[in-house]
Amino acid sequence: MNKLVTSLLIAIISNALISSALSTQAMGKTIHSERSLYRNILVEEDSGLRCLKFNVKSAKTQQSCMLVDDPQRLVFNYTKMLFSSLLINPNPEAILIIGLGGGTMSNVLHQIYPKANITNVEIDPAVIKVARNYFDFFENKNITAVAQDGRIFVKRAAIKKQQYDWIILDAFNGDYIPEHLMTQEFLQEVKSLLSDNGVVAANTFSVSKLYNYESATYKAVFGDFFNVKNNNNSNRIILASAKALPKADIIAQRAKALKEKLSPFNVDITKISRKMISTATTQDWPPASPLLTDQYSPANLLNLKN
Amino acid sequence: MTNENNHTIAWQNPMIYLLAFSSGFCIMGIELLGGRILAPFFGSSVHIWGSIITVFMLSLSFGYLAGGKLSTKAASLHRYGLIFICAGIAILPVAFSSQGIMEAIFLAIEDTRYGSLLASMALFFVPTVILGMISPYSVRLLVTDKNKSGQVAGFLYFVSTLGSALGTIITSFYLVLLFEVNDIIMVFSSALIVLGITAMSFHRVSQSKNSLNNPTSNQQGSADE
Repeated sequence: MNKLVTSLLIAIISNALISSALSTQAMGKTIHSERSLYRNILVEEDSGLRCLKFNVKSAKTQQSCMLVDDPQRLVFNYTKMLFSSLLINPNPEAILIIGLGGGTMSNVLHQIYPKANITNVEIDPAVIKVARNYFDFFENKNITAVAQDGRIFVKRAAIKKQQYDWIILDAFNGDYIPEHLMTQEFLQEVKSLLSDNGVVAANTFSVSKLYNYESATYKAVFGDFFNVKNNNNSNRIILASAKALPKADIIAQRAKALKEKLSPFNVDITKISRKMISTATTQDWPPASPLLTDQYSPANLLNLKN
Repeated sequence: MTNENNHTIAWQNPMIYLLAFSSGFCIMGIELLGGRILAPFFGSSVHIWGSIITVFMLSLSFGYLAGGKLSTKAASLHRYGLIFICAGIAILPVAFSSQGIMEAIFLAIEDTRYGSLLASMALFFVPTVILGMISPYSVRLLVTDKNKSGQVAGFLYFVSTLGSALGTIITSFYLVLLFEVNDIIMVFSSALIVLGITAMSFHRVSQSKNSLNNPTSNQQGSADE
C-alpha cells in the first residue's frame, strides 16, 4: 500500500518536473549572454533550436540558428538562398565568408565540399568564440576564422592577389549596416578577388531608398546581376559575377545536377533557381539612382527612409 | 565719425564670438568625417574612434598652448584672421591627398590601431592645432577688464562648444546625407577662409577709422591744409 503511494507520488512529481522543464524550454532559454566590444551577444535555445542573437529587443536580429540534434540542417531561408551561387559556379574551391554568425554556413559548406578552402572573416572575436563553443563551428587547416574588419581583409587580400571562387557577404543585419561594405570602391575590391568563374553572394536587408542605391551600385560594378528573393521577408540575395550571367537552360541543367547533393541540407535548389531574377530583364529600381561611394555612403540613414 | 567708429568696435566682439562658434563647428564636423575618411582603409572598429579622438584632443591641447603664446605678442584682429585662413588651408589636404597618405600608411603598417593613429596624425594634427589656437587668442582679444576675464572666457567656451555640438549633429544627421565627404570639407575650409578675411578687413576698417579720427596723424593734418 505504502509502495503504491510512493510510486504514485514519484510519478506525479517527475511528471511535473518534466512538464515544467519543457515549458521553460518553450519560452526560450538564454544559455549564454555577453557584451562584446561591438554588441550584445545572446545564445538562446528553444525546443532544440539554438539561435545566436545580437540584440534582445528586436525581432530582426536572429543571426544564425542551428537544430541541436541536426546541426547540418539549414534553418534560415536566406542561407538556403545563398546556394543559388552554385548555379553560377558549381565547384567552388576557395570560399570567402565575410560575417561569421554562428559559423553554420561554413560548416555546411565543409560538409558539401570537404576539400574547399574556407576563410571566414568576422570583426568581433567574441562572435568567433561563441560560434566555436555553442554552434560547433568547425576549423582545420583549410577552414579558418580571421578576426578582422571585412574591408581591411579584402584590401589586403587584393594586394596579395588572392582569388576566391565564391565570396559571401553576410556582414549586414537588420539593425545596422557597415557603410564601408556597401560602396562602389569596396565592391570593386571584392570583384578584384574573384577567380574566373567567381561569384559574389551578398545577403542584404535594404528597404526603401537604400534598395535603389544599393542596386545601382552593384550594377555599376558588376553589370547585370541576379536578385534572389522570398516573397515574405525583406532580405534578398544579390548574386553577381565578373563574367556574363549564365542562361536559363544552363541554370536548370546545373540545378538538376546539384539537386541530390544539396537535399540532405534541406536545400531545394530547383525551387531556389526559380526565384532568381536577372536585372537584365527586371530592373526594379529607377535607372538614375545615385551610387554609394566612399565619399557618400549614408546607408543607415537611407534605410530609415520610406 | 566717432559714432561710426564706436559702431565698428561694438561689432567686434560679436564677430569674434561668431568666429569662435564657427571654429568649434568645423572642428567637430571634421572629426566626425574623420571616421568616414579612415573607414575604407582602417575599418570602423572602436579603436578607429580611439585614434581620431586621441589625435584631436592632443592637437587641440597643443593648439591652446600655441595660441596662448602667440597672443602675448602684438595681438590683433589681423593676426586672428590669419589663423583662420591658415586653418582653412591646412584642412585642404584632408580632401585632396588623404587617399595617397592613407594608402601609404595602410601598406606600411599591418596593425589597424597604429595605422589609423598615424593616418589621423598625418591628416588632422596640423589643422586641429591651428584651430585650437583660436580659443585662447579670442580670450586675449575679448578681455579688457581683469575682473570680467572669467566671465568672458566662460561665454567664449559656451559659444565655441555650442558650435561643436551643432557641428557634430548637423554633420552626422544631415550633411552626410546631402553631400560627399570632400564637399563638406571644402565648405568648412572656405567658411574658415572667408571668416578669416572678414576679420582681417574688419581690422583694416577700424584701423583706418582710428587714424582718421586721430588729429595728430599726418594724413589728417595734410588734409586740413
